[in-house]
Amino acid sequence: MHSMKYMMFVATDPEPGDGKDAIDIEDWISEVCGPKRLTGDRLRPVSDATTIRVRSGEVLVTDGPFTESKEWILGFDILDCDDLDEAIEIASKHPVAHAGRIELRPFWSDEED
Amino acid sequence: MASLIRITDDWDLAEDCVQDAVERALVRWPGDGTPDNPAAWLTTTAHRRALDVLRRRRTEAGKLAELAERAERTAEPAAELDPYGSAYGDDRLRLLFTCCHPALPLAGRVALTLKTVGGLSVREIARAFLVSEATMGQRLLRARNKIAHARIRLVVPEPDRLADRTAAVLAVVYLIFNSGYGGGPEADRLAEESVRLARLVARLLPELDEAHGLLALLLFQHARRAARTDPAGMLVPMAEQDRNGWDSAMIAEGLASLATARGTGRPAGPYRLQAEIAALHATAPSADATDWAGVVAAYDHLLRLQPSPVIALNRAVALGYRDAPEAGLAALAEVADQLTDYHLVPAVRAGLLRLAGRDDEALAAYHQAIEAAGSPAERRLLQRRIDELTG
Repeated sequence: MHSMKYMMFVATDPEPGDGKDAIDIEDWISEVCGPKRLTGDRLRPVSDATTIRVRSGEVLVTDGPFTESKEWILGFDILDCDDLDEAIEIASKHPVAHAGRIELRPFWSDEED
Repeated sequence: MASLIRITDDWDLAEDCVQDAVERALVRWPGDGTPDNPAAWLTTTAHRRALDVLRRRRTEAGKLAELAERAERTAEPAAELDPYGSAYGDDRLRLLFTCCHPALPLAGRVALTLKTVGGLSVREIARAFLVSEATMGQRLLRARNKIAHARIRLVVPEPDRLADRTAAVLAVVYLIFNSGYGGGPEADRLAEESVRLARLVARLLPELDEAHGLLALLLFQHARRAARTDPAGMLVPMAEQDRNGWDSAMIAEGLASLATARGTGRPAGPYRLQAEIAALHATAPSADATDWAGVVAAYDHLLRLQPSPVIALNRAVALGYRDAPEAGLAALAEVADQLTDYHLVPAVRAGLLRLAGRDDEALAAYHQAIEAAGSPAERRLLQRRIDELTG
């Protein structure tokens, strides 16, 4: 069975944890992920975000994120895993999982059939 | 079914093939006679059907190769599959862990467990949860889609995750029981099914004490089912139930399960402690002759593990029996402000006031309780209490 790609959104949480058991991000990348992490990065804050829509042929550009929310995305990683349990295992060791929260979304293109 | 899902990795295909095998059996067995091992016959027929279907899906050549490889790897010929043997049991266990995966919505976990592990029909599950068949079908479909799309695999979790994931399985079984507790015939079916599931989990994970603890708890509670309502359909509180109407065989099985849980030597978990309390009730000759000191001690232990105002409320009632109703009322007053929305608080207060002989206050509390009552059956019982006090 081929592997499955997951987008990992690393986000803040309105009820943050203390993060005291969090490991260093460098250790997470090298020791926890290894080849399972294809890429990833931190993102600049939402104050640097730009949102684009095209309506009736007109490009509408606005300052800020696409959704007003108390939580925002801090960064992302793309994982290549055998199954969801493996992705959960890796995500649970990300330092931000101990303070914020992480959302895993499977890639559409990896669906079988 | 479980072994077929494992081999084909396709829930819909597995289900279609099992259905097809059952239909063939209905046509052939009356003429040919029932085979020596009907379960093995069905399994083999369903497996052959799955192979046929996959073979016809030419575009999925890779999948066929994979299926052949996996069938080889499983090593046991389908015809020798023993429905009560370990191979089949392991498949049911994998299926349980998958159906109860915490990444699925809770309602979906419950429905999927009843459907694929319990074998209930969509119609039966829909009726038990008072939703339409179409709604329940959608719920099942969404859960199955997530299993496929997010790739939740049919496996028993790694040892370091087993305790967590078993707790998730037990929670689903307990939820199924509570959905069926004290309801009509559809709900009874759920309670029965949850007892069967708890037996299965305890048999498949014998070293996990909480599995035995949950089984014991469900058996003690289910043993009282016949005594819980009178012939007129009126609820009968436990203190007034005819204890000869309790299912003694089920209580004996519960006591054996509780002994197994204790025998693991692990510190008692929440299910075992609740089972200990239920066992004290189940073995007492009457409400007055119950070991209330033991009940209060078990609630104290449970509160240390799981601080909860609802448990504290139950403890207050037990304290009312152990010492005096006034002591129960005092304990109730301490937790009542944390339970402002809990509909049973006025009823519990009314009951304790009645035991204390404070009839006027009890009457006022019963009127309050009727306002808050959760079901018509509760309301009828409370009305009877008011009639007793005023009559």
